[in-house]
Amino acid sequence: MNLGLHLLSLVTFFPLVGVLVILFLNDQQKTAIRWTALLTTLATFGLSLLVLLQFSTSNPDLQLVERATWVNIGGGEISYFLGVDGLSILLLLLTTFLTPIAILSTWDAVQDRVKGFMIFFLLMEIGMSGVFLAQDLVLFFVFWEFSLVPMYFLIGVWGGPRRIYAAIKFFLYTMAGSILMLVAILWLGLYQGTFSLPDLIAKGGLPATTQLWLFLGFAIAFAVKVPLFPLHSWLPDAHVEAPTAGSVILAGVLLKMGAYGLLRFNLSLFPQASIQLAPWLAAIAVIGILYGAAVAFVQKDMKKLVAYSSVSHLGFVVLGLFALTPSIAIQGSILQMINHGVSTGALFLIVGMIYERRHTREMDRLGGIWKVMPVYGALSLIVILSSIGLPGMNGFVGEFSILLGSFLSTVPYSPWFAGIAALGVILAAVYLLHMFEKVFLGPLNNPENAGLKDLRPREILTLLPLLVMIFWIGLYPKPFFALITPSVAKLAAALQTAAMTSIH
Amino acid sequence: MLGLLWLIPVIPLIGFILLAIIGPRLSRTAVAIIGVGSVGISAILAILVAISFISSPPAGNAFTQTLWTWINVTNFNPGISFYLDSLSMIMVLVVTFVGFVIHLYSAEHMLHQEGYSRFFAYMNLFVGSMLILVLANNLLLLYLGWEGVGLCSYLLIGFWYTNPANGRAARKAFIVTRVGDAAMAIGLFLLFNNLATLNIQDVMQRAAQTWQIGSPLAVTAAALLLGGAVGKSAQLPLQTWLPDAMAGPSPVSALIHAATMVTAGVYLIARTHVLFSLAPSVQLAVAIVGAATLLLAGFSALTQWDIKRVLAYSTISQIGYMFLALGVGAWSAAIFHFMTHAFFKALLFLAAGVVIDAMNDEHNMFKMGGLRTQLPLTFWTFLIGSSALSALPLITSGFYSKDLILFDAYASPSGSTWLWLAGLVGAFLTSIYTFRMVFLTFFGKPKTKAVYQPGSRINLALIVLAAFALLIGFLETPSFLGNINVLGNFLSASLPATSILPQRAGSEGILELVSAVISLVGIYLAYLLFLRVPKTTEAMVQSPVGAVLHRYWFSGWGFDWLYDTVLVRPFVWMANSNKNDFIDLLYKGIIRLNEALHRVLSNTENGLVRWYATGIAIGAVIIIAIVVFL
Repeated sequence: MNLGLHLLSLVTFFPLVGVLVILFLNDQQKTAIRWTALLTTLATFGLSLLVLLQFSTSNPDLQLVERATWVNIGGGEISYFLGVDGLSILLLLLTTFLTPIAILSTWDAVQDRVKGFMIFFLLMEIGMSGVFLAQDLVLFFVFWEFSLVPMYFLIGVWGGPRRIYAAIKFFLYTMAGSILMLVAILWLGLYQGTFSLPDLIAKGGLPATTQLWLFLGFAIAFAVKVPLFPLHSWLPDAHVEAPTAGSVILAGVLLKMGAYGLLRFNLSLFPQASIQLAPWLAAIAVIGILYGAAVAFVQKDMKKLVAYSSVSHLGFVVLGLFALTPSIAIQGSILQMINHGVSTGALFLIVGMIYERRHTREMDRLGGIWKVMPVYGALSLIVILSSIGLPGMNGFVGEFSILLGSFLSTVPYSPWFAGIAALGVILAAVYLLHMFEKVFLGPLNNPENAGLKDLRPREILTLLPLLVMIFWIGLYPKPFFALITPSVAKLAAALQTAAMTSIH
Repeated sequence: MLGLLWLIPVIPLIGFILLAIIGPRLSRTAVAIIGVGSVGISAILAILVAISFISSPPAGNAFTQTLWTWINVTNFNPGISFYLDSLSMIMVLVVTFVGFVIHLYSAEHMLHQEGYSRFFAYMNLFVGSMLILVLANNLLLLYLGWEGVGLCSYLLIGFWYTNPANGRAARKAFIVTRVGDAAMAIGLFLLFNNLATLNIQDVMQRAAQTWQIGSPLAVTAAALLLGGAVGKSAQLPLQTWLPDAMAGPSPVSALIHAATMVTAGVYLIARTHVLFSLAPSVQLAVAIVGAATLLLAGFSALTQWDIKRVLAYSTISQIGYMFLALGVGAWSAAIFHFMTHAFFKALLFLAAGVVIDAMNDEHNMFKMGGLRTQLPLTFWTFLIGSSALSALPLITSGFYSKDLILFDAYASPSGSTWLWLAGLVGAFLTSIYTFRMVFLTFFGKPKTKAVYQPGSRINLALIVLAAFALLIGFLETPSFLGNINVLGNFLSASLPATSILPQRAGSEGILELVSAVISLVGIYLAYLLFLRVPKTTEAMVQSPVGAVLHRYWFSGWGFDWLYDTVLVRPFVWMANSNKNDFIDLLYKGIIRLNEALHRVLSNTENGLVRWYATGIAIGAVIIIAIVVFL
């Protein structure tokens, strides 16, 4: 199929079609704008399924590659270079899967300046897909920075009362990290004469100290995005102020860009530095798991609680990545990125649903609403349990693989990290059940809660795909692992080789 | 017939899904038909499978059925596979049969409650999960069932969710057991790390091949699994959640917190007995945990006024006996006591449920009395259950199962006189607190009138369980009383026989006699203390020493207080003092620093020429100085 040649570009830039159509619509034609955005993103999801169809699971290398020289600076070639492999295919699918769901959730919630909202949302999707597909450092950086702008506006324009503060904070934190990454990219590209990631990996041969500095340059940018403790404090503000759909995408996809960056760039480009710094990163990840959980437990605002739970959950992802070998930990991490996107995305939708009705997220003002909203209660319970990591649901498969891998890992102290991280599994139950109890159980004292209407069919429809994923991944994760396995095995082999050479 | 195995757990799960989705729109009759029927079908299938299993045993006395591979990453590929051997067969039979009877009871007991379909949905999910737990052929699937029953326990303890205390009790149960679960998960990692499999039979085989007796890895792995077991089975030090779990409806207490789920720890240890045999120190710990728990819980049971809390502490204590048996290598004795206990304790909880309903939701035994004549059938069945619990000699099942444990605790090579003595004191306590319950509730002067009479389904459930509470003991009798070994022989395909020291083997008759006397004396003492001279008893409680002991025993020896002080409060305090995330202050500090710098620098831009001139002069001097001196 001729289409196959530019399939990745098509997926990435297809949302532009929607942007174009919306530009010609009047701001008052809200329904038309919404439908355009929804259909565009659904079509994009369809295209990404086409990518999946063409994707060969047995091939560990980049596939559906598109490459063209872009510019040359100072002997370094910058190219327009897209490709997909086992490390990124699921994240691409997650992006195109979550975006229409997020748009569906705005149907009633966003009434103001719908046109601008949808345009930014579609642009956002371009940035995110691009990040996961770009195989050239400069191109990656362009997409990385590009994705920042629409989210800045989504928070800053459609956000809550402190939206400007939150938007600026979000922007500054990420920018501060990005600058370091940019310096590292430029240095690396000019030193090696290419910005293409596969070429850089093939060349290798960076001296150990250089690797260390470059590793840190990249890692700090990514750590802000993940966010890793102690660089996380932009996240709660951003989440609390962001509109629901923004939070869904922020937690669901944007945070994954950080973890993905660590996986794609740090582990691949700087294997020796990764091995050297792995215990440190794992330790920070474990601290983040416990710290995020403790802070989440005492929040009164549901959204803030979920935001801090992300800090804790993403700690597991990073712990798995820096367990390095055997590959089961990294595989678990990739799957856990998807799981977190699904479960936390769903949690934010759930918080959004009650916020639309009650205009508050204060748990003290809720309580006992299971009685009036049983369907909502039941679906929330499923999502909360998946986030707690109950077996049979998605979170368990990821967490268990990560902890198992971390336990088996050769990284110093890793069994201890796994053991302490297991406390995080207990704490997840502590804070999430606390939230469930506060919101849904107990007497229905507050008269404002008595008249709440249960979920509408559209809201159930919004949650349904996520619920399907929760059980699918929980009960039959095989197809997902099949996509991940070969590429991770390749990466793990490279890390193994690096470990051997650094011993000699 | 064996091919139908997978349907046994699946049918209750289908019942759950049906009830969860369309349940709220169905009539109560339809809900009961689905809810009770699904477990009933499951029980019939279990019996059919059992008949086929016994009449034509599969090769190796075990049958494995794989539905699909659950997870496969590199060499880690546990399946959704079921493993049927004599041990899991017994568990399946008890779970489905007792489960069915309790469902039947619930159909009437819960009839006028709000959330009828929600109740049966949870109960069906529970039965399905419990069956997955006992049938799992690998530890990961077992863990799935393990967490699944924990979830149902959470949901059902908090069934009456509008009362905040119930929500708290539910959360406490979930979190305390999850502490054990986390230990167990680490145990699984350790096993997989060293043995490269989680298939239970392979784990056993490879462990026996690779590990020496007492090797540190075996000890650690067994200890971590024990952590999971004490959490689920409410043994020391994780026993605190069970008394509070009585917040759930009575059938829930009967099914989950007496007959089945809480014995999952016993099953886990029996299932992985090879590991424990490789770790004698851990096995000794199992025995000591059991002995200590049965005593502490026995004392606590003596002081409760809430009839269900007496039964809760009694459950903790009886599971302590099972742990004691496991700890001395009397595997089949533990399973035997699990069986008899499942029947008589479920019976007691169900009968207590009738009493509570008849007393208009009153739990306090001191406000009851004389119910013997008002609720005759309930009284007689409760009496049978109590006799079995007190191990009344010869006619009750509890006598045969408990005395087998006591004998093994004394006569097995890892047993000792001390363990036996602990069990004996426990047995004495058991008959006192049990008959305290009987006398306070059913004898004496009636204080209130029963406002309710149970209907046919409840009566049927009570009668069936009472019959089993009497008869099931005859599956296994001591050598001088017929020497029947039906159960032991059946289990011998899965569990090693209990070894008995030859020099102690002869004492069986004497020991049985001693415990028979102890049981009867206990009952008589209860009669004296709580029926004949209750004033004296009150005086004893109010004496200085009595008051202190009473307070400790009543509060479960202060474990709640201890955990609250040592763990919960410090955690909450720490988390609370960091509510606003102190890390953010760091970044706020950077902002403040910038602002301060900004203010300082903006002062220099004041439009005064002499300031500027001074500035230029100072700058020039500094630069010249640098050039000259460096």
